[in-house]
Amino acid sequence: MTGYILIRLIRAFITMLITVTLVFLFIRFSGDPAAALAPPDAPQEVIEQYRRAMGLDQPLWTQYTGYLAQLLRGEFGYSVHTGLPSAQLFLNRLPATLLLGGTALAIALLAGLPLGAIAALNRGKPVDRAVMGFSVFAFAMPNFLFGLVIILTGALVFQTYFGASADSFTDVIAPALTLGLASMGAFARFTRSSLLETLNAPFMVAAEARGIPRTRRLLRHAVPNAAIPLVTLIGLSLGGLIAGSVVTEQVFAWPGVGQLLVRSVATRDIATVQFIVLAIAVTMVCANLIVDFLYLVIDPRIRAR
Amino acid sequence: MSDPVVTISGLSISLPRGGDRPFAVQDVSFAVNPGETLCLVGESGSGKSVVAQAVMGMLPPQLAKTAGTVTFQGAVLPEQRDPAYGRLRSAKMAMIFQDAGASLDPLIRVGDQLSEIARVHGLSRSAAQVRVDEMLGAVRLPDPGRIARSYPHQLSGGQAQRIVIAGALLLNPALLIADEPTTALDVTTQAEILTLIADLQRERGTAVLFITHDFGVVSDIADRIVVMQAGQIVEQGSAAQVLGAPQHPYTTALLAAATKQGAPRNRGQSSPILSAHGITLTYHLGGPFNRRTVQAVQDVSLTLAKGRTLAVVGESGSGKSSLARCLLRLEPFQAGTITFDGQDITRTTGSDLRALRKRIQVVLQDPFGALNPRQTVGAAIAEGPIIHGKPWAQAMQRAEELLALVKLPPQSLSRHPHEFSGGQRQRICIARALALNPEVLIADEAVSALDVSVQAQILDLFADLQQRLGFAMVFITHDLRVARAIADDVIVMQDGRVIEQGSVEQVFDAPAAAYTRALLNAAPGRALQGAA
Repeated sequence: MTGYILIRLIRAFITMLITVTLVFLFIRFSGDPAAALAPPDAPQEVIEQYRRAMGLDQPLWTQYTGYLAQLLRGEFGYSVHTGLPSAQLFLNRLPATLLLGGTALAIALLAGLPLGAIAALNRGKPVDRAVMGFSVFAFAMPNFLFGLVIILTGALVFQTYFGASADSFTDVIAPALTLGLASMGAFARFTRSSLLETLNAPFMVAAEARGIPRTRRLLRHAVPNAAIPLVTLIGLSLGGLIAGSVVTEQVFAWPGVGQLLVRSVATRDIATVQFIVLAIAVTMVCANLIVDFLYLVIDPRIRAR
Repeated sequence: MSDPVVTISGLSISLPRGGDRPFAVQDVSFAVNPGETLCLVGESGSGKSVVAQAVMGMLPPQLAKTAGTVTFQGAVLPEQRDPAYGRLRSAKMAMIFQDAGASLDPLIRVGDQLSEIARVHGLSRSAAQVRVDEMLGAVRLPDPGRIARSYPHQLSGGQAQRIVIAGALLLNPALLIADEPTTALDVTTQAEILTLIADLQRERGTAVLFITHDFGVVSDIADRIVVMQAGQIVEQGSAAQVLGAPQHPYTTALLAAATKQGAPRNRGQSSPILSAHGITLTYHLGGPFNRRTVQAVQDVSLTLAKGRTLAVVGESGSGKSSLARCLLRLEPFQAGTITFDGQDITRTTGSDLRALRKRIQVVLQDPFGALNPRQTVGAAIAEGPIIHGKPWAQAMQRAEELLALVKLPPQSLSRHPHEFSGGQRQRICIARALALNPEVLIADEAVSALDVSVQAQILDLFADLQQRLGFAMVFITHDLRVARAIADDVIVMQDGRVIEQGSVEQVFDAPAAAYTRALLNAAPGRALQGAA
């Protein structure tokens, strides 16, 4: 078990190191940041000045080690446009994104898991087909399209704007529905197949032969076993909380991290892009770690390793 | 005699449209009396398990009961899958299955799963605990406290079956239905479990409906026997009647298969074709933090003479399949040498190794997994020869000849594996192995997944082909009957070591090692062997 935990911690560390390195390299190789920052008609000396100020004239290795040292000290740099620390910019936007992502995930879970379970328990019947048809539709439809449909419906039918200032809680519903619908479809399908597999497992037949009542068989034996693969899927969705809403935030003009990311990329705001990408990577890695440790709690077969 | 525990009369259950016959079981009638063991014997698809499901009220919805009644202690049972059945199951009737490990919830400690049975039938927590402790003692588990706290994956097959039996008899049911409960177990474990069931049955007066395909087991435990074929009862009577003077040809065939003796033979030459010396194989398991090693094969030497058959016998985990992988040069081993046809092949690589592959072929246990489902039978058989340079037309012609040799019709060439039964698929696998005219054929549990009568046919086929084609064979098996029926020489393995080796007669008739004697004693159907 210690081995299991250690290996996963080491793996998480390596993933982070690779991410940090890639971010560092991409930003430097995707064009000259100094040239992007300087005014368009700036003479060469001005650009050179910018470059020196940002340390871009140093050898790559020196820049890299300096960059790692900064990260370790918790210095993530300043946004060149606003002059604010990039961490601060990110944190200002985070609550809006978490509200949107959290609500969307809640919608997806609360609708997806029961729908999948209903489909599994009514396998082959019309209910099953209807639920599965709806799930395929839900995750096949692009996010932005559904978002636009909601906005249009609001404007034309209800004479109002469904979307976004993040001022009141009701504002979150339209974008959260948009975002949650796709993962709901995935959850429903996954729940269905996992539960079906469990329901047909020999131990479920044996439990029936032992006279254990149906409700208890389902809740005590089928659900925990069917939940094991679902934990992975839910974990991945948790990891995507920050990164998953970029498109939806654009459609609804939602003042979240996704919007900040798009804007920072467009304006070559290196420090901010760096911080957001790192934050996304950290949430992904952490979500995966949480899933791995949850497995330890749920599944005795993994504890044994 | 007191009233029967369960009486089945005129039971017919239909199969869904498009099945290979209209009825799963047809007009089945028999009764099980208190305290007796009734063996319901038949091969896969004979409908024996369907009868058990019907008694337990667990027929799948697509199988409908069309006629007949099942009465239990004088009362008619509820409808299939009726919730009222819940009170009967475990309390009045219990059932155990072939794969005990899989019939336990993997996420819950086995002790808790046992007390759950008592709790859902109305016992208080403490009363349930007392009953569970009693029963764990009764099934003779070593260290019952520790085992009760274990999860199913931590138990061996035998321990899991004991736990499941403890659960089944926890509430002292009048009837225990055992559906092939020892088929997946090693012979020695099988013997222990059979004795355990018999002892518990005697103490408690439980009626046992024992479902099996194995007449060896039947002859050891049955009071009465019901033989089923294709959904119908072909014969029933007391054990002495059915075993001593079988009336129906199907019973006779099953019995013959179970008591199969090797034909007296004097074949093969003394010059060795394949020999191994001091083979040692160690597996390294686990990650960098919990490295473990398993000594799979330790210092094993053997010699296979041209045209002869060497059986390697052992229980699961004895290293016999690992040895086969070494002989096939599929597994890098740490020490030892292998000589094939006078050449040291221990370190042969590259094109030499590929040329060698042609001469040593293998037939595996599972005929369902061994064939690529998307490949036609012809393509599967011809693939080897084509890779080794034979033109397509010639290879296909050879495939057709081979099909005839394994007694399959030539039309089979263009069919896919799913259109064949298990026995037919094993014939295809044999044809495929022989396509390259190997000098050595290694068969790893090649008949273990097959029904007994099919097993007998495949063994005959192996013997017949060997006679005609003259290849030598290493036959890996856990089944002593199979070894006796096919082999000239035998090696007995335990924990990766050779315990005993010699000719079939020496090893079976005058075993020197205690372990071999234990294995022979544990094998079911010894009375039957003596009688035949």
